[in-house]
Amino acid sequence: MTQSSALKTDNLIEIDHVTFGYDAGRTILNDVSLDFERGKVTAILGGSGSGKTTLLRLIGGVHAANRGKIRFDGIEVDARNREQLFAIRRRLGMLFQFGALFTDLSTYDNVAFPVREHTDLTETMIRDIVLMKLNAVGLRGAANLRISELSGGMARRVALARAIALDPELIMYDEPFAGLDPISMGVAANLIRKLNDTTGATSLVVSHDVQECFMICDYAYLLSSGGRVVAHGKPEELNASDDPEVRQFIRGEPDGPVRFHYPAAPLAQDLGLGP
Amino acid sequence: MTNPVASLGNASLRWLQSLGHAAYFFAALVKHAPAAMRRFGLVVAQIHAIGNRSLVIILSSGLAVGFVLALQMYYALVTYGAAESLGLVVNLSLVRELGPVVAALLFAGRAGTSLTAEIGLMKAGEQLSAMELMAIDPKSRVLAPRFLGGIVSMPILAILFSTVGILGAYVVAVLLIGVDSGNFWSIMQSRVDVFRDVGNGIVKSIVFGIICTAVALYQGYETKATPEGVAYATTRTVVFSSLGVLGMDFILTALMFSTP
Amino acid sequence: MNKKGIETLVGVFVLLGLLGLLFLALKAANLASFGNNDSYTLSARFDNIGGLKQRAPVRSAGVNVGRVKKIGLDSKTFQGVVTMEIERGYEFPRDSSAKILTAGLLGDQYVGIEPGGEEKNLAPGDMITQTQSAVVLENLIGQFLFRSAADSGSTGNAAPSPAPGPAPAPGGKK
Repeated sequence: MTQSSALKTDNLIEIDHVTFGYDAGRTILNDVSLDFERGKVTAILGGSGSGKTTLLRLIGGVHAANRGKIRFDGIEVDARNREQLFAIRRRLGMLFQFGALFTDLSTYDNVAFPVREHTDLTETMIRDIVLMKLNAVGLRGAANLRISELSGGMARRVALARAIALDPELIMYDEPFAGLDPISMGVAANLIRKLNDTTGATSLVVSHDVQECFMICDYAYLLSSGGRVVAHGKPEELNASDDPEVRQFIRGEPDGPVRFHYPAAPLAQDLGLGP
Repeated sequence: MTNPVASLGNASLRWLQSLGHAAYFFAALVKHAPAAMRRFGLVVAQIHAIGNRSLVIILSSGLAVGFVLALQMYYALVTYGAAESLGLVVNLSLVRELGPVVAALLFAGRAGTSLTAEIGLMKAGEQLSAMELMAIDPKSRVLAPRFLGGIVSMPILAILFSTVGILGAYVVAVLLIGVDSGNFWSIMQSRVDVFRDVGNGIVKSIVFGIICTAVALYQGYETKATPEGVAYATTRTVVFSSLGVLGMDFILTALMFSTP
Repeated sequence: MNKKGIETLVGVFVLLGLLGLLFLALKAANLASFGNNDSYTLSARFDNIGGLKQRAPVRSAGVNVGRVKKIGLDSKTFQGVVTMEIERGYEFPRDSSAKILTAGLLGDQYVGIEPGGEEKNLAPGDMITQTQSAVVLENLIGQFLFRSAADSGSTGNAAPSPAPGPAPAPGGKK
């Protein structure tokens, strides 16, 4: 894998030769290096188990990398330093795969939660903020619904409104398209792009939905199941790539560098016909 | 032949490690408790969820236990002509032992499992991770208020259990069996000490509250994020809470009531 | 359920708990008798206090007039010293006597005060001089055996002493 060459614009996030595994035996990320440009939508693509979600957790400081450094706006992220983590986390918002909304609160209270916890604004000001954020995701009318009354797509949009409640510089999306119908997928993709452009934030989209991602992202990284960066570049570049692994993933071919058959003895041997 | 020994050693080490892990968790709960006190609205909401919602089972069980105690003790006492002491016997049994212990066991079953399931599901739904990434410590915001809510609710529930039990015993003893009402109360009053009996009972129930709530929160927090994980966690809550309560009851009783 | 509603319910819950506590403390235990202002102290010496315990009732003519506050041993005379709290309003003549009696056959022991005939009453802090110790069952049995042995030896027609019932020794078990 190649270290990104010096870019013309600066990077909000830099992942520098990071290796990480939860236990000693299982390494999820293997010496990966990625850069995320300020103000751009960058996609992280890869199959299941390639460590995409883990990367988001490392950026958020939930775990500490075994080796390598992660830099947020030039500051090295130290998962053990609580004050620093607090400061960093105030500047980011994360959209979890299924929303992770607080089920004991209403929609309104969910979006208001970060504002109430981190600021001393009056309830009237909070009301304005919440309604504006809900409006941005198209759910201002659903403000009084309970979480159990929301559909999957609506829940994720409310979660997005909550993630942007404090106008973060970095918005991370964990599989935002998974399990959505085509209309909701279109809505989600549209929202991601629009939010990024209107607020000037940097967006990281972790997904395995190549088509939707390519429609909205400026740059993409492809991770393999061994936790390595296989390729990176603009969508057009990746589409035109000759690398068999890249082609297999982007085209969705069933067999290629990622084998169709799980490793097994020859068929003849299993059927008792062979030597 | 070394295999069973090795696996026993491994199991013991793992057990010690989980004990240490649990101790860390308890220390974290205690550390975050003062912060939760400052956000008293959260604690009040939890007292409602934990205490108020357990009232029905506590009161009905207390009444039933009071009835049964009066009946059973009567038959034992009347043999020695000491039926007039029925009130005293019921009172001491309830206030010293049955009130704190039975209320704690019921608490573990009703409120404890509800806490475990709630925290477990929050963890499974990534709500706690979401909170962390919003720079809000879930231990302060979610766990500590529930811890305090349980500690406040438990003594109140134990007191109510004993109160209702004594009233129930009164109904059976005086109204049904015919024990003299005056004796029922006066013998009780002359032998039950506020500080020694009622007070120690309250101390017991506070200790039990700490145990049951901490166990419930720990099991919920450490559960695996699957449906079976939550189910096992609630079972473990009831088992460990009950064992903890009964074990501490033995120790506390020996400390408090060993000399007459 | 809005915030005010929850707070009200929790307030009710805590109030119920306090009421229960008051009930247990006053009706079911001895807090009501902790009124030190309305009582005064009297003391009495006994050769044997038997099974008398702290907070045992003090009665006169069967009516509760106070409680035993403290029991101690006089190291000079080796007598038991019983300190009692008597409610103000009950006063006894200076030659009243104090006995340790048993409520019923197996009941707890209490102090019974029998009034004397003197004009002047006992003042707070006074000592009751006429006392009768508790009945110790072993001595009673011993007396009975001794007397019946003596009687059967002399007349053979002695009036039988009241036989003690099959009871555990007083002062031992609660």
